[in-house]
Parts: sequence; C-alpha cells; structure tokens
Amino acid sequence: MNLLDLFKRRGSAPVARERLQVLLAYERRNRSQPDLVSVLREEIMAVIARHVQIDQDYLQVSMDRGETMSTLEIDIQIPNKSARPLAMSA
Amino acid sequence: MGKVVVVTSGKGGVGKTTSTAALGAAVARTGKKVALVDFDVGLRNLDLIMGAERRVVFDLVNVIQGTAKLSQALIRDKRVETLFLLPASQTRDKDALTEEGVGEVIEKLSSVFDYVFCDSPAGIERGAQLAMRFADEAVIVTNPEVSSVRDSDRIIGLLDARTVKAERGEQIAKHVLVTRYDAARAARGEMLSIDDVLEILSTPLLGIIPESQDVLKASNLGSPVTLSDPTNSAARAYIEAAKRLEGEELPVVVPFERKGFLDRLFGRRAA
Ligand SMILES: Nc1ncnc2c1ncn2[C@@H]1O[C@H](COP(=O)(O)OP(=O)(O)OP(=O)(O)O)[C@@H](O)[C@H]1O
Ligand SMILES: [Mg+2]
Repeated sequence: MNLLDLFKRRGSAPVARERLQVLLAYERRNRSQPDLVSVLREEIMAVIARHVQIDQDYLQVSMDRGETMSTLEIDIQIPNKSARPLAMSA
Repeated sequence: MGKVVVVTSGKGGVGKTTSTAALGAAVARTGKKVALVDFDVGLRNLDLIMGAERRVVFDLVNVIQGTAKLSQALIRDKRVETLFLLPASQTRDKDALTEEGVGEVIEKLSSVFDYVFCDSPAGIERGAQLAMRFADEAVIVTNPEVSSVRDSDRIIGLLDARTVKAERGEQIAKHVLVTRYDAARAARGEMLSIDDVLEILSTPLLGIIPESQDVLKASNLGSPVTLSDPTNSAARAYIEAAKRLEGEELPVVVPFERKGFLDRLFGRRAA
C-alpha cells in the first residue's frame, strides 16, 4: 500500500478486506491440496528427525502467511549429546 | 493453578468471541499470563479477531491428537507479551475433540497461565459442553433480547449440571455480561432492561457492553477492542468487566442516552 492509497481509502474496512483476501486465498487452495508451506514443514522435520533425535519441546515452528510472500521459521535446539546421527546406532 | 473461564451463551452471534478477545487482552495487559482457547471447531474465528490468522500452524485438535505439543500450538500475541492463543481447527469432524484430551490441555494450560479463557461455540451440544466442562467460572454473554435471555437460562442450567465442578458438588462462579446494549433503544423501552435480564437470570452482572461501531472496527483490524483503542466506550466497559472478573469491586453504571444539543437538532443518531 503506498502513501496515496492511505489517503484515498480511510477506515478499517480496507484492512479487513486485505486480511480476508490473504486468508481465503490460502484456505481455498488448501481445500484441494495441502499448502506448500505445510508440506515443506513436514518434509524438513522428517529430514531432521532422520539425523537427530529432537525433543518436541525444543522445536518451535512459526509461519506468517503474506499476500505475496510467506515465511516459515523452524527453530530447533539440538542438545549436543543427542546430535549424533541415528544411522550409526542402527 | 490458574482460573479457567468459559465464555458461553447458547445463542449464536451474541458476542462470545468478541468478549473472549476483549476480556482476555484486558486481563493480559495488566501482566497476567492469559491463554485464549478457541473451541469453535470447524468455524474458528478467534484467530481472525486476534489478528493471528496468518500465523496459525497447529491447533487444539493437533495437540489433542498428539501431532503437536501444546507449546508449539500456542501463538504469542504480537502486542501483549503475556497473551497467547490456542486456535481451533478447521476440520469438519466435530468428534475430533475428546473429553479426556480437552481435560489434559486445560490442565496443562491452567498450570502455566493465570487465566484460561475458553471461547465456546454456539448451541448447547457437545462442543459447548466441552468448552464449559473444566471451567471454574463462566461468563454468560447475553443480549438484552428474549431469545438470548432464554438461551442464557438454559446454559446456566447446563453449567450447574454438566461441569466437572458441578458434578463434584461445587459451585461454578457465574457472571452475566450484557453486550450490544443500546441505550437509545432502552430509553425508548424497546429493549429488555438490565434489571429485567438480571431478575430473570438471577445471576450477578459482570458488565454492560454498549453497542458500538468500535467493535466492528477492532475486528476489521484484527485487534481486541481493548487493545486497538482502550478509550472508547466498549473498550472501557470490557476493561471494567475484566477488573470485576479479577475480583475488584466496581459498581456497574448503566449506559444512558445523553441527549445533547446536537442530538436534539439532528436526531438521536449523532453519537
Ligand atoms: N458491543 C458490540 N457492538 C457492536 N457489534 C458487536 C458488539 N459485540 C459483538 N458485535 C458484533 O456481533 C457479531 C457477532 O459477534 P461474535 O462473533 O463475537 O459473536 P459469537 O457469540 O462469538 O458468535 P458465534 O456464536 O457465531 O460464535 C460480530 O459481527 C461482532 O462484531
Ligand atoms: Mg464465536
């Protein structure tokens, strides 16, 4: 939104409209197929789980879905003792 | 242990979600740790009202089914550090919630948070009963209108019969929160009065929230009305109600129609 828009459209309705557009675009897409961000999340976690045992308590996943861009943040704390590859013990 | 408060009504659309967000944010602003739990499975809305809809990763059903930890599903509010949201899922399967699962989640939450607010779905069926099941207190959201008062009465009956507390023979603390109160219509005698509502329900009053454009504005912005502009009349009424919920003794003032010079000139709608 540029400065001119700010002056042209006042009030809270434009904000509501934009929020809904982003949300509904996402929800409609997901009715037919899982969204990319969720797929990435699942696969990244699976890869990590193959190499280290992660305690779910040390794992935080956050997302922020935007109109043109979304962010996915996966924050994992890996305790050094459990950071050995699982493949070794198998 | 924190207090578990269910926000319930029976009737739909009376202001439960609005009130959950507004009361929860008002309490959290004072530094208390607050969790808001959306029980409206399939029709979640609390995330939108809180402005957190873009950040939902996991939800209540994920936690109950064990696919996510509670700590992973809780979304921290961006404005108030001590305020958290546990979203409902969008699944169509209403039986995704089990009583056992809900009990565990509520127990964990109440061991960490000072307040756990449960936003009930409308109706008196399973979803509404699960939302109230583990509550210590109830906020019964009522509009000054016959069908809403009637449904509140039914909900009060359920609170006294179907909650764990009631089954143990204890009393669940109940408070009526009258919302969408229109002082002009009350002055014209077109709306049940506060006294009528309280007399019929014989339950103490937590507050009176006026009908206000600011509520719509706040939901457009994705902010509880008590955070977006704490000075407007609805926000002030919610902040006072939150204080009463915390045990403060504040008299409730019934909003009245102020007929000023402009009102007389241009009709009553000026404000
Ligand atoms: N004090 C108020 N003044 C004006 N509008 C209000 C007020 N309180 C609630 N509303 C509006 O009433 C509508 C219903 O509110 P809300 O979603 O909070 O109700 P609900 O009880 O949670 O509904 P449901 O039963 O569907 O879950 C919303 O559009 C909301 O903006
Ligand atoms: Mg609701």
